[in-house]
This record gives sequence, structure tokens and C-alpha cells, in this order.
Amino acid sequence: MKQLEKKDIKTYWAGFNSGAWQEEINVRDFIQQNLHQYDGDESFLAGPTDATTQLNNQLLDLKKKEREAGGVLDADNNVVSSITSHGPGYLNKDLETIVGMQTDAPLKRAFMPYGGIRMAEEALTSYGFKTDPEMHKIFTEDRKTHNQGVFDAYTPSMRKARHYKILTGLPDAYARGRIIADFPRIAIYGIDRLMKAKAADFDLIGDGEMTDDVIRLREQVNDQYRALNDMKKMAQAYGFDISRPAANAQEAIQWIYFGYLAAVKTQNGAAMSVGRIDTVIDAYIQRDMAAGKLTEAQAQELVDHFVMKLRMVRFIRTPEYNSLFSGDPIWATLSMTGIGMDGRHHVTRTAFRFLKTLDNMGAAPEPNITLLWSDRLPEGFKRYATEVSIKSSTIQYENDELMRNQWGSDYYGIACCVSAQPIADGVQFFGARANLAKALLYAINGGKDEIKEEQVGPAYAPITSEYIDYDEFMDKFGKQMDWLADVYVNALNTIHYMHDKYYYEAAQFALKDTRLDYTFATGISGFSHAVDSISAIKYGHVKVIRDEKGIAVDFKADNDYPRYGNNDDRADDIAKWLIKTFYNKMNTHHLYHGAKLSTSVLTITSNVVYGKNTGTTPNGRQAGEPFSPGANPAYGAEKNGALASLLSTAKIPYKYATDGISNTFGVTPNTLGHDDEDRKDALVNMVDGYMENNGMHLNINVFNKATLIDAQKHPEEYPTLTVRVSGYCVYFADLTKEQQDDVISRTFFEQM
Amino acid sequence: MLEMQEKNTTEQKPVIGYVHSIETFGSVDGPGVRFVAFLQGCRMRCEFCHNPDTWNIGVGTEMTADELLEQAIKYKAFWGKKGGITVSGGESLLQIDFIIDLFKKAKALGINTCLDTCGQPFTYKEPFFSRFKELMAYTDVSLVDIKHIDPYEHKKLTGWTNENILAMIQYMSDNGHHMWIRHVLVPERTDYDDYLAQLGAYIKTIKTVDKVEVLPYHTMGVSKYENLGINYPLKGIEPPTQERVQNAEKLLNTKAYTGYKN
Repeated sequence: MKQLEKKDIKTYWAGFNSGAWQEEINVRDFIQQNLHQYDGDESFLAGPTDATTQLNNQLLDLKKKEREAGGVLDADNNVVSSITSHGPGYLNKDLETIVGMQTDAPLKRAFMPYGGIRMAEEALTSYGFKTDPEMHKIFTEDRKTHNQGVFDAYTPSMRKARHYKILTGLPDAYARGRIIADFPRIAIYGIDRLMKAKAADFDLIGDGEMTDDVIRLREQVNDQYRALNDMKKMAQAYGFDISRPAANAQEAIQWIYFGYLAAVKTQNGAAMSVGRIDTVIDAYIQRDMAAGKLTEAQAQELVDHFVMKLRMVRFIRTPEYNSLFSGDPIWATLSMTGIGMDGRHHVTRTAFRFLKTLDNMGAAPEPNITLLWSDRLPEGFKRYATEVSIKSSTIQYENDELMRNQWGSDYYGIACCVSAQPIADGVQFFGARANLAKALLYAINGGKDEIKEEQVGPAYAPITSEYIDYDEFMDKFGKQMDWLADVYVNALNTIHYMHDKYYYEAAQFALKDTRLDYTFATGISGFSHAVDSISAIKYGHVKVIRDEKGIAVDFKADNDYPRYGNNDDRADDIAKWLIKTFYNKMNTHHLYHGAKLSTSVLTITSNVVYGKNTGTTPNGRQAGEPFSPGANPAYGAEKNGALASLLSTAKIPYKYATDGISNTFGVTPNTLGHDDEDRKDALVNMVDGYMENNGMHLNINVFNKATLIDAQKHPEEYPTLTVRVSGYCVYFADLTKEQQDDVISRTFFEQM
Repeated sequence: MLEMQEKNTTEQKPVIGYVHSIETFGSVDGPGVRFVAFLQGCRMRCEFCHNPDTWNIGVGTEMTADELLEQAIKYKAFWGKKGGITVSGGESLLQIDFIIDLFKKAKALGINTCLDTCGQPFTYKEPFFSRFKELMAYTDVSLVDIKHIDPYEHKKLTGWTNENILAMIQYMSDNGHHMWIRHVLVPERTDYDDYLAQLGAYIKTIKTVDKVEVLPYHTMGVSKYENLGINYPLKGIEPPTQERVQNAEKLLNTKAYTGYKN
């Protein structure tokens, strides 16, 4: 029996180069042995087939209807979403080459109460859908949710930090996301082989002494095993047998997609990344083409249809969530290319094909296309990528050299926006953001919130002098950061404990190694404003203006002072100091699951909401004004042009911010160059130069300000206008008015 | 002690440049991505000037060539194969000694140098002419603006005739100094077919032209005039249409000049 199966599996591998991947679950080795590098340009690519165009028009029409309906087309309220909860759903069964939906109808949103029933119900009612009384009873009385678990354990200090929004975006009522499954495993091995591997792993967990960690892992691996079995059933409903490996390219993509579908049917994480699948898919396409079974047009069609599916993934969210992460993002982040440990680049024709989808089906926010960039990538690919950037503004660039060295692996992917993670054996626990600009105000106001005027942080004496003394301020700021680091990390410890207990990601963990390395992600918001404010206090002689209760409400700097964003070490050293200091303060604490601490300077669209909830800062930013996004310098701080600004950001040490350092760059086409070739040259040189200087991440938007202003007035004329904001893409029309204003006013490098 | 004194007396005092501003990401100011230093000071008063804040002479941030170079080199990684340093203005040639110092040091480091000038200060008179010859030895390419081909119209548009400018271009043509010629297309000023054709014919006679660019007039400088309290001379004139830009490109044969691609 055993031998028969082994022989059986090998028939699916005929035509691939053999290697260790045949003896063990090892996708990286499969890629090593079956990488088809491509050094040419985009001229081989095929346009959309009629089926693609027809399906895409259907989808665009649905998307339009969804927008008209106020954001949600339809939603379940009484079917708890699981891998097998829904029968098959199609857009057009006869035309789709890749199938599978979250529910039984396109764009219909699933009911996902495990994160928290209140949030699930609020999401329904806010879009005008009814809640179901029986579901309400089950998830309040009979079945505890993640949300209830967290709030059972939170301390008063954590609740306060959350309520006053010095901590924001904590995943305590929805899934934490950020776990990248090794989806190609399904294609290469089939589910049965994966189940066998998990069963073997299970036998090796613990020596019989049932400690907490042994019990937990044994239970989790059984959950994983069941999830794998469910994936088979789900595929069966669509008429596919994924117990065995994929036999051709179409099946390979379909098998990968079924894995992804299992993930998004069970978890509504903020980020549900697709991982790194381009080279594996390419190997299957290559094999079929070599056998004369697949044409370029057919290969492109498969990739197009797969991408179309990723564009259809939806979760239903509350208005509060949407204000933080606008435009319905799910971060189906797709990481491509990079350089292998052996020095070979991983650019394949399939990386081109994924970029081509933006041309064949128009710009769209998902998947979140992320290029793992190195100046060693072939020129033809670099130029095509920048061409797509100029046309669609939908690509983000991340420093492969930096990440490969830091993580010690070339088989890593990006979760969400900028968070690297080894795909086979690494996991990240995602965790929200701490507002350091607010913490700085707490230092001045003795721990009192500057907006609500309540005591939130520790009640150290406020600064009472007319002018702020730098040393006194730094002492008090250090103490507020101590408190914030403590309450932040421990809120996350609580969240991850409960998430594992009540909302474990069995389907995704099933597609990773059993023994994993964990990263404990944290984040910082208000970064540039905190840095410039410290610089103002240090160099600018800052006077405080207080209200009648003694709360600082405005500041005046007598002297000019260096600002972050000008490649001026006086300000940039403060930036480095701030990230290291906050990191070290957080790192003194116990971290759940023995995870390694990481932090990010990333805000997504939440820079608008964070700014709204933060008073006037000493750098002159007025109360309520948006923060600059991610690690971008404050608005108007940059005086020496784009590259000086980029080099300031590049100084933030990645070692302390392995969760990522985001920079969003906007430029008008005419600033980039007078013709297309010049523009591509300029962008390639810019990205190369940024990465060579250890810059971590770059979003590139190429627009005229006038286009955005016009799109704000006439959204119907720009249904697919897509902009990159701090690590992801969004339809401009799906942003709130305030966020649109923010994008429009945000530094657009423009030359006269 | 004595030795040191001697040394000090022989050492030249560094030339000070007056810098208006720095643009670290110049991608339309010469080949590739460039570090652009805008020098302060200009005698011309072009009606379409979008940088009236650079007119005053002898003000601005004082910098030595070494200081400027130290800044520029930080951006080397962005320059790729073509990029480098551009000195623009204002009118850069008003500070020719500073640029010689800068470009000489830049060339010693293998940095591509580009001079953006309209050539108004050019003269065969000494000491300028020798200085200009030296500068050309350190300059890889020049961006030369021809504001108007007709001397009379040129004077109306800028306050000066184009005599020096055309003389400089001729000198560069005769001595193998490469240049990009740029022409700002301003409706009601330069956007006339006969003048454009005349300019096109003139450019054909110049032997070292690598590129010809038509720069459509834009109104982004208007707010600067308001801030400086200067009356804006082109009030009511809109940027040229795409058709007119293409027309000018045709009349100037811009497509024929491809030397910049090498």
C-alpha cells in the first residue's frame, strides 16, 4: 500500500528535476531544482482571452453594484463560515479556468463570528443586514469568542490605552492575520501526503510529559489535520481531487487557490497573504509548455483568472475598522522575484505574467503585488516593473538583499505590507500600533490625554515651565514610553494567547512546518511627528501654550530646527534613537510563545485617524491633522527633494524594525522624465539607489495631482484609479473624503 | 611654524558659491537621475521665469565646492550609469569660478557633470573666455536654453538680445562640446510657426546637439511672484495645448537628435 502510493505520487512529478523535495516537504528545494530564470523583456506576453475579458467585465459590473449598494453587495448572517460551509459558487462556470468562492455567490460576504460576535453583528447592521438571533445566542451564551477571551483578561490600563487610542488597531475582535501559508505544498504534494507528514510530526510532539506547550501543539496539529481533510471536501464540491498532487499548470494554480480559499473562509485577518507562488507556478507552466500542452495565451489566462479570484475576496467590517484600513483591503500580498541564496535571480516569465494582469484586467488593489527587489534583478524585468508602476501605481518594492540577509532565507514572503516571514517555518503574530506622537504629549502633560484631558498614562509631574527643557522632557518621555511599551506588549500577549485558544488558524498552519519560529510584531505611528517634535525641543527652543487646565494645546519654536526627511543627521539620529529606544523598552518584557520582537514603522491609511485623535505636536502639526504615513517625513518638512527624503528613511535600522519600514512616494510623470524611457530609467535608478542605501520599502505612485482632484469630484469616471498607500493599494474612490484629501495633499514631488 | 605660514600663503582661498537650493532627485536636468544645485543670481528677466526667487545676485546659502560635492556624493547610488551632478540657476555662469572648482573635483571622482545655462554671460573677452574654456574641459554636457531665435523678440522676452547666447552655442559647436538645446514654448511669445521653423533651421547648423527638448510653458511659478510682490508678466496666458507642443517638436525636428541615448 505504502509503496503503491509512493510510486503514484512520482507520476505527477515526471518532467521535474528531482531533489530533496521528493523525500520531504520542501517547496524551496523544488524551486531550487526547477527554477526557469528569464532575462528577457515583456514582448512574449499575451493579452486577455475573450473569456478573461468577459469575466472581468462581469466582475467590474459587480464591483460597481457593490459600490452603489454602499459597499457590501450581500452578506451571510446565519451560516458560520468554515472550509466546507458553502457549496460551490461561480462567476460563470463555463468560462472560469480557476474556480472557488468564499461563499456561494460572488462578492457575498461570509459570516465570521469567532473573532467576536459583536463586531460581526455590528458589521452586518452597519450595512443594513439583519443579525440572526440564534447565531447571537450561540456566540454569546454557548460558544466563547476570541474577543470575549481577550476582554476577560485585559487589565484596566490596557482598556484605557485602547480607549484613548494611544494603542490602535489591536486585533482583539477579528483575526490577527499575517500568517503566510506555504500554499504550493498542495500543488506539489497533494493533501494526502501533507496529512501523512502532519501525522508523523504529531507522533514526535512531546515525550509523554504533558506540559502546556506539548498539550497545545498536540491539539493544534490535530486541528491542522482536520483542516487538511476539509480542504479535500471543499475541492470535491468543485469536482477536484486534491488528495493527489497537481497534474498540470491549471491544477497547480487551482490547488494553490484552494489552499488560499481555505484560509480566507476561516480567517478574516487584516492581512491574508498569498505568499510566494510565482516560481512554482512557473515550473508547472514551463513543464506543460515543453510538452506542447499549453500556449502562452492559455498560461496567461490561468494567471489572469487566478488573480481575478484574489480580487474577489471580501470580508465584512465595521465602520471603525474601515476608517483605519480603508477601501476593503485584505492584503492578498503576492511576493515575487528576489535573488536566491545561491545568487540566481528568481525572475521567471510568470512574474511578468502576474504584472501583465494589471494590463489585461485593469488596475486593482488586490493582490498586493510586492517585488522583492535587488539591483541584481535582470534589467528587462526592472524596466517592465517600473513601466507597470508608471501606468497603474500598483506595485510596492521591497529590499530583497536586506530581508534575505536578516531572515537567512530566500524562501520568505511579505505578510500584509512590509512584514517579511520565512514561508516554510516562520510565523508572525501581528499587533497594531502605538502612537508615539501621543506618548510625547503625555510626557509634557503628565500622562493626561491631551484631547480628553483624562489621566491615561502614569501620573508623573507634567512639564510646567514656559519653555520646554530638553533634559526634563527626555526623562519624562522615557517614563511614558516605559509605560506604553509595557501595556502594549502585554495587551498583545493577551491577544495572541486568546487567538490561539479561540481562533486558531488551523488551515494556514496546516500548510507550514509543525515546528516554527515566531515573530512578535509591534508597530509605531506618529513617527515623523515624534522625531521632529523632539528635534524642535532640542534645537528650536519650544514654548508651550496651555489651556486653563494646564494641558499643552499649542507650541511655538523660536528657532529653526532640523527635520527628518532632509538627510540631516541631527534629525535622522533622533529617528534612529527613537526606534531603538522603543524597541528596547518593549523587548524587556515577556513575549508570548517565546517569539522574537519586531516592530514596524507603518500606518496604512490609519495615519488619518491617528492624527485625528492626537493633539497639536511641538513640530507645528495642528490637532487633528493627519500624521504622515508610515515612515514618511512630515508634510512640508522635506526641503531637498525626494532622494534626501528617502535617505533619511533609509537610515532607520531594519534590524530593529524587521516588521518593516514603509515609505510612500508620489511623483508626477513630468518630474520623472520627459518621455517613457526616461521615466523608467529614473524609477529603476531610484529604487536601486534606495535599496543600495538599505531603504526597506517603497510604494510608488505616479500621478498628476490634478488627476486625483478630478477623481475626487467625478469618481464614476475613475472606477479603477488605484493608489498605493503605506504598504497596500486601494481604489481611490473607496477612500473616505478625508483620506482622499490626505492623499492629494501628501507630498507629491513636483519640479517646476 | 614658518613652513606652515608659507603653505598658508600659497593655498588658494576656496571659492564660495551662492546656492539657492538643492534638488536631490533631478530627472529632467540632464542625463539620468541628477543632483541639481540651483545657483543664486540671474540678470535676465524672462517673462516666463518660474524661479524669480533666484534672480538676486550675491545672496543665498554660501557653500564651497567641497561642501557641495560632499552633499552630492551621498546620492551616488541613485545615479546609475548616466546620472551625476547638474549646476543650474539662476544663471549658473555668473558663478563660473565656483563651477570650475566643483566640476574639476567632480571629474576627478569620475562624476558626470552637466551645466545648465542660457549663456547670457558668455563673451570672448578676458578673463571670462579663458575661464569658460577651462569649464568646458570639465563639463560632460550642457543644457542650453534658447529663449527666442529672433534677437528683437528675445530682448522683449528677456530684457537682453540673444547675441552672446548664440555665440556660445557656436563656440561649443566648433569645439566639440556636447549640448542639449531646450526651448520653452510660450503661447503669444514663442509659439509661432515661422520662429519655430527658423529656430529649427538654426539648430541644424549646430554640430554637437545630442537632444532637443520643447518645454511647455506652465503656470506653477505664479504663486512665487505673488509671494515676492512682483507683477506677473504673463497673466492670462495658458500653457500650450498638446497639439502645439507636438507641432513645435516637429518644427524643431526633436526626433532627429538622439545623441543623448548613447
